[in-house]
Formats: sequence, C-alpha cells, structure tokens
Amino acid sequence: MTEQLKPADPVLHLDRVSRTHGHGAAEVHALRAVDLRVHPGELVAVMGPSGSGKSTLLTLAGGLDSPTDGRVIVEGTVLGDLDRKKLAAVRRRSVGYVFQDYNLIPALTAAENIALPRELDGTSARAARREALAALEELNIGELADRFPDDMSGGQQQRVAIARALIGDRRLVLADEPTGALDSTTGESVLAVLRARCDAGAAAMMVTHEARHAAWADRVVFLRDGLLVDETARQDAGSLLVTAATNARKDGDR
Amino acid sequence: MSIRHGLLALLDQGPRYGYQLRTEFEARTGATWPLNVGQVYTTLGRLERDGLVEAAGEDDEGHQFYAVTDEGRVELRRWFDTPVPRTNPPRDELAIKLAMAVAIPGVDVAAVVHGQRRHSMQALQDYTRLKGRALAADTGSGGDLAWLLVLEQLIFQTEAEIRWLDHCESRLAQHAERTATAEPSEPAAAPPARRAVKSRDRGRT
Ligand SMILES: Nc1ncnc2c1ncn2[C@@H]1O[C@H](COP(=O)(O)OP(=O)(O)OP(=O)(O)O)[C@@H](O)[C@H]1O
Ligand SMILES: [Mg+2]
Repeated sequence: MTEQLKPADPVLHLDRVSRTHGHGAAEVHALRAVDLRVHPGELVAVMGPSGSGKSTLLTLAGGLDSPTDGRVIVEGTVLGDLDRKKLAAVRRRSVGYVFQDYNLIPALTAAENIALPRELDGTSARAARREALAALEELNIGELADRFPDDMSGGQQQRVAIARALIGDRRLVLADEPTGALDSTTGESVLAVLRARCDAGAAAMMVTHEARHAAWADRVVFLRDGLLVDETARQDAGSLLVTAATNARKDGDR
Repeated sequence: MSIRHGLLALLDQGPRYGYQLRTEFEARTGATWPLNVGQVYTTLGRLERDGLVEAAGEDDEGHQFYAVTDEGRVELRRWFDTPVPRTNPPRDELAIKLAMAVAIPGVDVAAVVHGQRRHSMQALQDYTRLKGRALAADTGSGGDLAWLLVLEQLIFQTEAEIRWLDHCESRLAQHAERTATAEPSEPAAAPPARRAVKSRDRGRT
C-alpha cells in the first residue's frame, strides 16, 4: 500500500513496531512487528487478554517508551529522531494520554491538574483555567474543579484524567482503560465525549476489555501475545438493521 | 417472541386494522423483527378464535378494525405480570456449531471463534452507531424510548456473546496446554485419551 493513495496522512503510524523486555531466557516479546495507522477522525479500540501488549502499544504510541525495533510516527514526526526536550513538547502538545492508573498529581486540584500541560506550553494561567473548567464541564464534573484527587472517588479521578487528556487541541488521544472505574452510563458518556472528539477530527486509540465500549470505535483491533491477530473492517457495508430501522421511521412518521 | 401479545398490547390502545398494527409494531421495535401483513392477519384470526379480540367494523376504505375484548385485557395483564420463561433456552446455532467443532477432527475451532468474534463485534459496532443516532434524535416520545430499549437489548446480548467467545478462546488454549502436557506420558494411547478429554470438556460447556 502506498502512502500517496491514503485520503489523509495518519496522525499515528506504528511502523512494524516491536518491544522486547529482558534478555535470553527471560526475554518477553511484549509486541511483535505491529503495523497500525490511526487517521484523523478515527477512534480505534484495542482489545486482547491480559498481558497481550495493549498498554505497551499505547506507551509506545505516546512516546513514553521506545520500541526495540520499528518506528513510531506522530503527525509525520518519527519520535525516535527527537531529543528529550522535543519529545516532551510533542507529548504535551499533540498527545493526550489517559493512564490506566490516572497519574494525577495529588498536590494539585482537579482544575490545576488539567491546566498544567497548557500552562507548561505557555498558555496564560487564566486561559488555562478557563479551558480546564470547560473540559470538566464536558465530562459532567464541573463541581470537582477545586477538589484534590485524594478527595475524589476512583471514577471521578478517572474523569479528571480524561479531561486532562482532552484539553487543548490534541490531535491524538491515547486512553488505557478509560472506563475501567466507571458505571455503565457514566462509561458511556465518557465514550460519547471521546467519540465527539474524533468526529471533530482528532484521532484516538483506547484500550478496553469491554466489547460494548469498544463498539463505539470505528475499528477494533485484537492483540494476542504481542501480535495483532485480527481487526474489524474500517467501514462496514451497512447494518442488518439500518435500512429496516429507517423504513420503520418513515412508516412511523406517516 | 410473542406476536400475539404484541398485537394485544397495541389493540389495548384502541381499535386498529391489520396494516396499522404491522406499522406500529415495527415502529416500536425498530423493525428488528419484521412482520408481514399475512402474519398479522393469521395472528388476528387466532386471537379472534380464542375470544381475545373481536371485529369492530370497517371504515369507508374497507379496512377491517379489531378491538381487544375483556378476556384479551386479562390475558395481556397476565403477560406483563409473568416473567418470560428462561428455563427452556431456545436452540443457539453458535453453541451447537462450537459443540460440533470441538468433536470433529480437522476443524480449526480457534478460527471459528475468531471469525465469529469479528462478525459479532462488527454487529455490535453497527448497533452502537444506531444507538448513537437514536440518542441524538431522542425527542422524548415513547416510540424513541421503545426503540432504544430494544437496541440496547441487542447490544447487551451481543456483548455477552463476545465475552463468551473470549472465554471460549482461553478455555481452548487451556485445554490445548493440558492435552500437550498429558500426551508424552502415554504415547501409545494418545488418540483415545485425547478424545476422552474432549468429550468431557464438551459436557461442561
Ligand atoms: N518492564 C517490563 N519488563 C518485563 N516485562 C514487561 C515489562 N512491561 C511489560 N512486560 C510484559 O509485556 C507483556 C505485555 O504487557 P502489557 O502491560 O502491555 O499487557 P496488557 O495487554 O496491557 O495487559 P493488561 O490487560 O493486564 O493491562 C506482559 O507479558 C508483561 O509481563
Ligand atoms: Mg494494560
């Protein structure tokens, strides 16, 4: 497949990426030659059993770890070519990351946690706070703005972590189990936010164990033992129900 | 699925004719279970025979109206008050297919599971897209809610199937490991021993 034929350049391109831990007998192939592109507007869900390499895939995509083989390309930039400072800037500006264990700073309030990456990037404190409040509002937790992480429930912390990943104009959002601590309807509203962000042009990749949540994605990829073993079609031919449902609608309107 | 009770429930809201019933049934359920007009008339005939509905005149265009009887109302109430029986599960083609696949040499059961999971996942994506649309279009009318509930039932059922398929995959892997470690100890008796283990496993699913 030639790059020129693509309708748009991928925001994220994993080019035959491998990650091996340890040596000799203790060698673990966390990822083996994984090829994956995520385009603007696309939400990709990653599924697979525990230990199959999902988090590894995400940390490599976010530049938090480097591949032992292959290249990670974010918006045309090969992450391996960057020095630490430049890499940190890409991570702050282009990539929003939701960690499996949230990673909030305990000494900062929800709003401060969210505003921090924007302030580090030179946004004024007032503007950053305004953006942070809007992000909290989008996730229906505006009332938590001035609370510290330790004074929140797990699900509330998780939503703050998501708000932090969505703030600013991040073109790539990476989320590791973003609905793990959430009940069914709250989890759904978080997915609706992610979905809307992608519909507005961002690219996102999320790890999830729940098929019902993965189903919000345009594409679902399956990992097993570090290998990409399967994926659902990027664009489906159409649903068994779509036409029937539209017809019923028309009938009902008569 | 009970067309009988579905039609009774619609007639409980006032007399209707056959085509109307079909349209309303499909509007409520998003045409998940399409009905043809023939089925509607056959069912109305049986309901009338059983005294649960009665003919209620024709309009100028010759449409035959039906109305629910008192007995029909009692039957409808009884339907709502009784749980749908789950003790006699309907035949499931996928479960039958996997039960056959594990017993037949040369069938790649893992491939059957993967292919099904991909297909079911795509169906789940489709249902979810429909749901997104239904949520966006929700005007607060009862019809939208009915359709949403039916869709979500399909979503949860498909999710359960995918979870079961994931479980099948790890069950198969576990089984293969056990067979691999069991085999070297009795090389001569390997084929019958293997078959015995398989049938035991099948009994458990
Ligand atoms: N620092 C490390 N050293 C050695 N092995 C590692 C290291 N990090 C991860 N691994 C191994 O790499 C494999 C993939 O791990 P990873 O965390 O990506 O799995 P996962 O799919 O995210 O699992 P889970 O669903 O449990 O979160 C595992 O076998 C794990 O033990
Ligand atoms: Mg993980």
